[in-house]
Amino acid sequence: MSDRTMSKRLAWLPLLTLLAMLGPVLAGVLGTLAPAFGYLPAVGQTDWTLDPFRKLSDWPGVFSASRLSLTTGLAATAVSLGIVVLITAGWTGTRAFARIERLLSPLLSVPHAAAAFGIAFLIAPSGWIARAFSPWFTGWDRPPDLLIVQDTWGLTLTAGLIAKEVPFLMLMTLATLGQAQNSQSRMVAQSLGYGRVSGWIKTVFPRVYAQIRLPVYVVLAYSMSVVDVAVILGPNTPPTLSVQIVRWMSDPDLMMRLQAAAAALLQLALVVAALVLWRTLEILVSGIGLFLIRRGNRGVLETILRISGMVAALVTSLSIILGLASLLIWSFAGLWSFPDAIPDSLTMRSWMRHGDSIIGSFGQTMAIASIATLIALVLTIGSLEAEHRYGISLNARSTFLLYLPLMIPQTAFLPGLQTLMLGVGAKVGIVPVIAAHVVFVLPYVFLSLGAPFRAWDTRYASIAGALGSSADRVLWRVRLPMLLRPVLIATAIGFAVSVGQYLPTLLIGGGRVQTLTTEAVALASGGDRRAIGVYGLGQTLAALLPFAIATLLPAMIWQNRRGLRHE
Amino acid sequence: MNELEGLCLKSVCIAKDNTTLIDIDVHIKPGEITSIMGPSGSGKSTLLSFIIGTLAPDFDSRGSIVLDGVDVTNLAAERRRIGILFQDDLLFPHLSVGDNLAFGLSAAVRGPERTARVQDALSEIGLTDFATRDPDTLSGGQKARVALMRMLLSEPKALLLDEPFSRLDTDLRAQIRSLVFEHAKARGLPVLMVTHDDQDANAAGGQVIRL
Repeated sequence: MSDRTMSKRLAWLPLLTLLAMLGPVLAGVLGTLAPAFGYLPAVGQTDWTLDPFRKLSDWPGVFSASRLSLTTGLAATAVSLGIVVLITAGWTGTRAFARIERLLSPLLSVPHAAAAFGIAFLIAPSGWIARAFSPWFTGWDRPPDLLIVQDTWGLTLTAGLIAKEVPFLMLMTLATLGQAQNSQSRMVAQSLGYGRVSGWIKTVFPRVYAQIRLPVYVVLAYSMSVVDVAVILGPNTPPTLSVQIVRWMSDPDLMMRLQAAAAALLQLALVVAALVLWRTLEILVSGIGLFLIRRGNRGVLETILRISGMVAALVTSLSIILGLASLLIWSFAGLWSFPDAIPDSLTMRSWMRHGDSIIGSFGQTMAIASIATLIALVLTIGSLEAEHRYGISLNARSTFLLYLPLMIPQTAFLPGLQTLMLGVGAKVGIVPVIAAHVVFVLPYVFLSLGAPFRAWDTRYASIAGALGSSADRVLWRVRLPMLLRPVLIATAIGFAVSVGQYLPTLLIGGGRVQTLTTEAVALASGGDRRAIGVYGLGQTLAALLPFAIATLLPAMIWQNRRGLRHE
Repeated sequence: MNELEGLCLKSVCIAKDNTTLIDIDVHIKPGEITSIMGPSGSGKSTLLSFIIGTLAPDFDSRGSIVLDGVDVTNLAAERRRIGILFQDDLLFPHLSVGDNLAFGLSAAVRGPERTARVQDALSEIGLTDFATRDPDTLSGGQKARVALMRMLLSEPKALLLDEPFSRLDTDLRAQIRSLVFEHAKARGLPVLMVTHDDQDANAAGGQVIRL
């Protein structure tokens, strides 16, 4: 056997990667179908029937829960995208824009639950904003009786989602600007007399949107079906459809699982319908856009649009930053009565009280995140290396497959996956939880590492090969050291994604695996702000720490290597 | 001189999507420099990838590469002992200048001899104190010389040059070119050079193939 046809050791990795990502999703969707139509041997139900759907439609909240899913999802996606477009159109190439860029990665890694708690602490009737304006402006000497957080319309929920989705879409947009010839096109448009905002939207945005379409769909599907943020900021009676699914799944009466499965299918159908609607709107908007471009208007309200873009970006980032600050203060607060802006005293009491249990959850969280991220890294690097060595690829068309597990609502397949595990007698615990985390960690790690890995100059591999290095030696001694920074960033992203997971840990862990996120969200109904402060911060630290390491480590290791410092 | 010595491309034919890019038959004797000239897109670099063993799988190739009488066509890239220099120096940015040179050295060379060989190579190109330097702090000419020595330390049996001087300034260009040619001739290496510069081809003084 000759060397060139030598065993393709890595050739099975791309397939395994797809399996690790899509296997649980498919199994989960199938596992939802059977109980939704009445088949659940575990509780003695073996007749196929439409009863679960009948019971679901008898639930008085079914209409408003479905409506909430649609309105919050569509509104959060449209507003987030709008803010990203305005800030990018109005400010790319400026110093202010560069500053916003630097804020993004840390903001993105803040777990959804921590961000949601922070926002609740800011805007609640007894929150920081009300305190700042009381009593001198509002006249309130006790918190007003207003339903702001958990409002029936889901407005606070939508706002919380926007604050977290803007950094995500922004980062995705930034990644496409180079390819979209951002600065050149903007200059051409401006020299033809178009305003900054109008010129960018008419020339660069169409190319950018073609690249961020799938991330936008992810945002839409996620916003429609999110559970942790909805538990914290969303309405209670009735809650959103996805929150109700989780309530039914947690019901001691196992018969409720039939209804939960039916609701999961409804949630899936709603998301598919919303995606179809969004796609239709895309076509409509591009038609209108073309019409407007042909008219040749040079732009209206330019200044107002630029300012409102900047204000919106500031409000969204400040809502997370100030929210985290209020978590921090609450976690150290002694007596803190309304309307004082700061507590009377600071104390370590809350940290002492929750110390032992938070260290336990921290360890559990980190163990799950490390293993899930390691698995994702091995599969990602293995697949990319297989693509490089044998020309087999998870390329272009397969990008869709990477986004697929992120576009199917978690509540549509995780309940089914849990039921399936129950059916085959598999034990709940940390191992299946890690496997479920991999489903979400893997796409993000792959998306983050894929571009820099593929962009690496393969002539380095040719040189090293000609110098007598085997393909493995090239990978370990040349490629990975040169790609240290992107590998560490992908690792940090993997960690942050895993730390933030709520539903996979709750459902697949059968309530027995406790991470910082499940503990924090469980505190939502109790209203113990000091405990929430402690857990919310712990969760944030767990997600931010790897980012700090990923930023500092390459700078330290490569401090004498100028060629690797500015990547 | 033996018929078998040197680099022999026997009826090499490379095609993509049923379009033939390259069809060549050539014998380069030790110490001889053959130039291949042609417009960009004529498949010159594809031919070099085929010879060093890194041709992408979507190309179809026929023919064989015989080096000093041994058919290396089906050997893995790292076992062919064919060195290559590109127009960029491609020094590994994470390794020091000395470690870059040592990367080319066979693992069979151990201990103090390794350090000595690297040091000798540095002296040979006038960079005696440069072992611990960051390659990115070197001048263009210095980088080109390190890249040449790194390749020579791996003791190749043939040398390929992929427009190796096109990024250098005019005055530096002639200097580096004669350095590379001298070293190749001194070691009796058959050299295949891809270029679009007539001066390179003239300086090489060997056979010129136009695509």
